[in-house]
Amino acid sequence: MTRLNARIPEGPVASKWTDYKSSCKLVNPNNKRKLDIIVVGTGLAGASAAASLGELGYKVKVFCYQDSPRRAHSIAAQGGINAAKNYPNDGDSAFRLFYDTIKGGDYRAREANVYRLAQVSNQIIDLCVAQGVPFAREYGGLLANRSFGGAQVSRTFYARGQTGQQLLLGAYSALSRQIALGNVTLFNRRDVLDTVLVDGKARGIITRNLVTGEIERHAAHAVVLASGGYGNVFFLSTNAMGSNVTPAWSAYKKGAMFANPCFTQIHPTCIPVHGDTQSKLTLMSESLRNDGRIWVPRKLSDVEKLRNQSIKPSDIPEEDRDYYLERRYPAFGNLVPRDVASRAAKERCDAGFGVGSTGVAVFLDFADAIKRKGHDTIDALYGNLFQMYEQIVADNPYETPMMIYPAVHYTMGGLWVDYELMTTIPGLFAVGECNFSDHGANRLGASALMQGLADGYFVLPYTIGNYLAAEIHTPRFDTNASEFTLAAQGVADRLKQMKNSGGKESVDHYHRRLGKIMWEYCGMARNDAGLTEALYQITELRHEYVRGVRIPGGLDEYNPELEKACRVADFIELGELMVRDAQQRRESCGGHFRDEYQTSEGEALRNDDKFAYVAAWEYNGGEVAASLHREELQFNEIKLSQRSYK
Amino acid sequence: MNFTLKIWRQKNVAVKGEMISYDVSGISPDSSFFEMLDTLNQKLIMTGGDPVAFDHDCREGICGTCSLYINGRPHGPVKGVTTCQLHMRSFADGETIHIEPWRAKAFPVIRDLIVDRSAFDKIIQAGGYVSVNTGGVPDANTIPVPKEKSEAAMDAAACIGCGACVAACSNAAAMLFIGAKVSHLALLPQGRVEAAKRVQKMVACMDELGFGNCSNTSACEADCPKGISVSNIARMNREFLGAKLFSEKEKVVRVSL
Repeated sequence: MTRLNARIPEGPVASKWTDYKSSCKLVNPNNKRKLDIIVVGTGLAGASAAASLGELGYKVKVFCYQDSPRRAHSIAAQGGINAAKNYPNDGDSAFRLFYDTIKGGDYRAREANVYRLAQVSNQIIDLCVAQGVPFAREYGGLLANRSFGGAQVSRTFYARGQTGQQLLLGAYSALSRQIALGNVTLFNRRDVLDTVLVDGKARGIITRNLVTGEIERHAAHAVVLASGGYGNVFFLSTNAMGSNVTPAWSAYKKGAMFANPCFTQIHPTCIPVHGDTQSKLTLMSESLRNDGRIWVPRKLSDVEKLRNQSIKPSDIPEEDRDYYLERRYPAFGNLVPRDVASRAAKERCDAGFGVGSTGVAVFLDFADAIKRKGHDTIDALYGNLFQMYEQIVADNPYETPMMIYPAVHYTMGGLWVDYELMTTIPGLFAVGECNFSDHGANRLGASALMQGLADGYFVLPYTIGNYLAAEIHTPRFDTNASEFTLAAQGVADRLKQMKNSGGKESVDHYHRRLGKIMWEYCGMARNDAGLTEALYQITELRHEYVRGVRIPGGLDEYNPELEKACRVADFIELGELMVRDAQQRRESCGGHFRDEYQTSEGEALRNDDKFAYVAAWEYNGGEVAASLHREELQFNEIKLSQRSYK
Repeated sequence: MNFTLKIWRQKNVAVKGEMISYDVSGISPDSSFFEMLDTLNQKLIMTGGDPVAFDHDCREGICGTCSLYINGRPHGPVKGVTTCQLHMRSFADGETIHIEPWRAKAFPVIRDLIVDRSAFDKIIQAGGYVSVNTGGVPDANTIPVPKEKSEAAMDAAACIGCGACVAACSNAAAMLFIGAKVSHLALLPQGRVEAAKRVQKMVACMDELGFGNCSNTSACEADCPKGISVSNIARMNREFLGAKLFSEKEKVVRVSL
């Protein structure tokens, strides 16, 4: 019944990738010149893929909605990138990185993919250093490492608090070199609005030139989606304002299955919401939890006094503070994984102990660390983060505790891909956050950068060749073919319809409402009744949106409201699928916490007998519900156990 | 808080633009500058007006997309921040705020406050990279790099490519942008190999694209949201001079063969 075949190579997990590379089909250099590849997105995965494929000799077209490929949101990643180099001699290995990633993902990721990720992680560091990425170094001139996100080894490489920026600029420089050499053509300020299939294979895309409004057609022998995550479905998230699901969603509607959409990561250390006009949330690096202690008042009377400002946080004596993470998880304390820390903050705030003017924040206190390590040491470690906090909140964290609250940060779900990173549409690949494959139900810190670059630099260049080897006799495509005309017409009609809806409310009005529904019912904790309610409300919203949205400006000019309108229409549909996915998964795992399925101590309760599968959804047209396909996960290397951080 | 905004409106590159006045009220001091503009745009949309177009994306000061010239300064009055990190508490209640796009020949206006900065991409394409392919590189720890050098390279590499340096310069020079990239790579052994070629190609590209010469006023450093130092321009000049001398020598050798 299932159409899913992950095509995992035979053999022991440690040699699968080596064997694959030795036996996959190759494309002769003369033939590579005749093959076109489209890459959508220029973040870590897209830029590294486009650059590497250009180096190999393929003719690549790369697309981004930003004005420059250097601006993709990978740039905002702060903390670091993992690799199993074992430079600190603390016992790390590919197997341990693999093990930690599978366990951290709460046993909902595919073993073979994750093992490969751990294996290629070291090559990423080598390449980035060769590109001139200025990683932190020790006085001896060798690379520095730090422990991150509660890992027991120091395997994280970093460039101050700007690791994502430096890695992206490395990939951007490699991409720029290929553009200069003529191997890659850049199309900036383009929205990708549809995927074109010819005889069941992905053969192109339809784009809108955001400056002129022109609807454009682009053909290729293969299409690679690297369009990032869909956290903006929650309206407020740490994602960039323009981050969207539209390219992936268009592929879903053309037959690519969407996997585990409900697996979203809520990051525990973000700056709390200040009010109704808030447009996005800012992340504070997780590294702050290495030295900061998280607490709320123990007494409700103190909460009240804080709120009417009759006392300061420092007036609350030690015994009246509840260091709830240290209390609940004595072994890991403030360093428990992201999902655990986030839920614990929500639990305290829901119980009325939240601080700040809104009551939805907790303290992250550095007073002890400053006393222990000294002001200068703390400044050297976190100076830039403290400054950023002070700039946004106008509070000095050296004097008064920071206030933080969880925010949507990363989406583990995405387009279903097989071992070769190919979706269920032949010739359509998905890399980076856009696919579902490596993080299971929860992503560990410093793993996103690793996965994006692994996919783009070291995996896709092999696997796409295995597909394209059979395409060398396929001539370049004519974009006047009926499939392209039909798709372009469809996009043009959709835009016109949206523009002419004659409604009264702005796009943001609906986006905010969607965000509230998702946060309330499909956020940090979910339950069956809430999800049913969410389904009802989203359906209402979808109908209202079609009639009610107002889009000023024209179709054939720069029109940011029109761009947003397309993105939000897709987010509304995606929201519905996320809710359905959350509803069918009657267990708690990683970022997906169902109130009904928890241990007596309030921890996530997995159900491995029934739910150790990837939920992949197939589109059946708008009015018929999507159908669920299951990829059963096999665990041969790792024994499933309850995650415990106590 | 209430503000009067005087905003540059321009439909596209072909038509003339003008400053238009708007009033916004009830703005929270904790609002970011863009949230204040969002409020204005929501009002414009609801009243059948045309929302103001401006570039923005990450809204956390790192992507370099935002590019507003506020009260005569790139990214506004607060030192060391991008427009998106600016908050309304940095302005006085009732203040009149002038908002314009970057003004430089090499950055033509696309619409309202949005300019085309693809010239920066072209400069990087001219040589702002180390020519290595994926794979086949040595282990990352093969070449030790002195910590001081690596830190200095990181200082330069922190550039976000927003173009504030160009907007701040009376000559619309791109020297700080190029100086930062040249320095970042020239300071590292990995980038040293091509340093001479790189600086010449990037400078030649800059001249071609219509950027002016260094004004020597250090306005670029003063308005750089990432505090990139003008010493990077000095390093670039040094590299450039050395490269010119070196490439002359290379030519002589070739002739004598």
